Amino acid sequence: MSDDLYREQILEHYKNPHHFGELPDADITQEGDNPLCGDVITFYLKLDDGRLGDVRFRGRGCAISQASASMLTDLIVGKPLQQLKTFPTKDLLDELGIQISPARMKCATLSVNTLRVALNGDVPEED
Amino acid sequence: MIQTRALNAEAARADFPILGRRVNGKPLIYLDSAATSQKPAVVIDTMDDYYRRYNANPHRGVYAISEEATAAYESARQRVATFINAASPKEVIFTRNTTEAINLVRYSWGRANIRPGARILLTEMEHHSNLVPWQLLAQEVQATLSFLRIDDDGLLELEQLDRQLEGVQLLAITHQSNTLGTINPIKAVAEAAHRAGALVLVDGAQTVPHMPVDVQDLGVDFYAFSGHKMCGPTGIGVLWARRSLLESMPPFRGGGDMIKRVRLNEATWNDLPWKFEAGTPSVAEGIGLGAAVDYLTQFGMDRVRSHEQTLVDYALEKLQEVPGITLYGPRDSELHGGAISFTLANIHPHDLATLVDREGIAVRAGHHCTQPLMDRLGVAATTRASFYIYNRVDEIDQLVSGIQKAQKVFA
Repeated sequence: MSDDLYREQILEHYKNPHHFGELPDADITQEGDNPLCGDVITFYLKLDDGRLGDVRFRGRGCAISQASASMLTDLIVGKPLQQLKTFPTKDLLDELGIQISPARMKCATLSVNTLRVALNGDVPEED
Repeated sequence: MIQTRALNAEAARADFPILGRRVNGKPLIYLDSAATSQKPAVVIDTMDDYYRRYNANPHRGVYAISEEATAAYESARQRVATFINAASPKEVIFTRNTTEAINLVRYSWGRANIRPGARILLTEMEHHSNLVPWQLLAQEVQATLSFLRIDDDGLLELEQLDRQLEGVQLLAITHQSNTLGTINPIKAVAEAAHRAGALVLVDGAQTVPHMPVDVQDLGVDFYAFSGHKMCGPTGIGVLWARRSLLESMPPFRGGGDMIKRVRLNEATWNDLPWKFEAGTPSVAEGIGLGAAVDYLTQFGMDRVRSHEQTLVDYALEKLQEVPGITLYGPRDSELHGGAISFTLANIHPHDLATLVDREGIAVRAGHHCTQPLMDRLGVAATTRASFYIYNRVDEIDQLVSGIQKAQKVFA
């Protein structure tokens, strides 16, 4: 784990997010936010025969929240929905590869929590 | 008699043990006093001394240390009364903090007096602590809320004040915005409110610690503030109100200490101020607040204000040179207390606060418990730097250089 919260890879995702935008024919559109920080993310999911055929997101907020959403899209595109319904938060945190302080954990997990709500239609698990 | 002392930030710093520590390998630069101030050793030692030498439940003990505790606690009340020029210490109700002081008024005066259909007038810049209690009361008694708007400099728009006061029973207003730094013209607003038959409650959490406050001169009815923002401990705050009002109000909480005579089915109330102080009070915290008042009094609050005004002038000048910065609140330091909010293009306030923390700089990032104000400004969050007696201009230079470093990271 790096102690550099703003290591190059994270800044790169923040400045040039992957899968950024919208899907006009999305099967699921799900917004998630952290009202306390003002971080907002909307996922657009296109399903394809039990898999996540395509994904886009839009959002605004801190670098951690937006970079984590971008990284998450890379991890989930093409994967079976059954698997994504229980996508472990830890996998995303490992991908971020940085020590997240308790104060910033909500930023880091907004994307994966929003994904879980999108696929399960229920409240995200407690961290 | 408290000895007067010149206000010199460098000398004052030596009074605050925490300012000697390092954070992330750098000397701590504390720019978050609007959230809570640091504590001078004299306050910490005074509380420590109480626990070590005369800890006892005050007010009814007939033994020596209980009498000492009572004397110290009530002496603190007297000093707080003098500090804000209350007519009597009976008008100084100790609460847990500003929020509880405001809620005391909501539950006691508000429930007994606010009529269905009446209006409570607030402002767009209120802290949630002076907004949510009134939302709850309005729902409970079918009253309505209305709001004084702010202009783009963060000043209240008061041209229509007389019209907006029609039908208003209570004006609840902050003396200084914790987010914008705006100092509101309370005396003039209170005069207008009284002409319209409304009472005036003032949230003084950001002013009592930082400038002279004379509750009688302001001509208001209720004035609330917290100990922990004025060099005192957490867990102690004050509601000041005019004595006649307090006499007319029903109790807030029931329990020990607030009664005179209790029978199985009824009770009569204690005299002021204890009528509003049920249960064992925060004795150490009250005594600590007394020590904090003495500490500030040696400088004089006019000099505290003047020191902070110098910092605000310097900070506004330096910060406005930062590329991509948006400053909120008045540019005139006469109207701007020691808290400055800003945003940067392309850097979220949380990212900025995390990055300057690496330089040992503590600033606050977020909505500052003023979400409606954030909506009005059209932002989700701001970064806020706030000052006190121990801050120096070179710390503002350090902040600017921390911002520039953050901008390089995000360039």
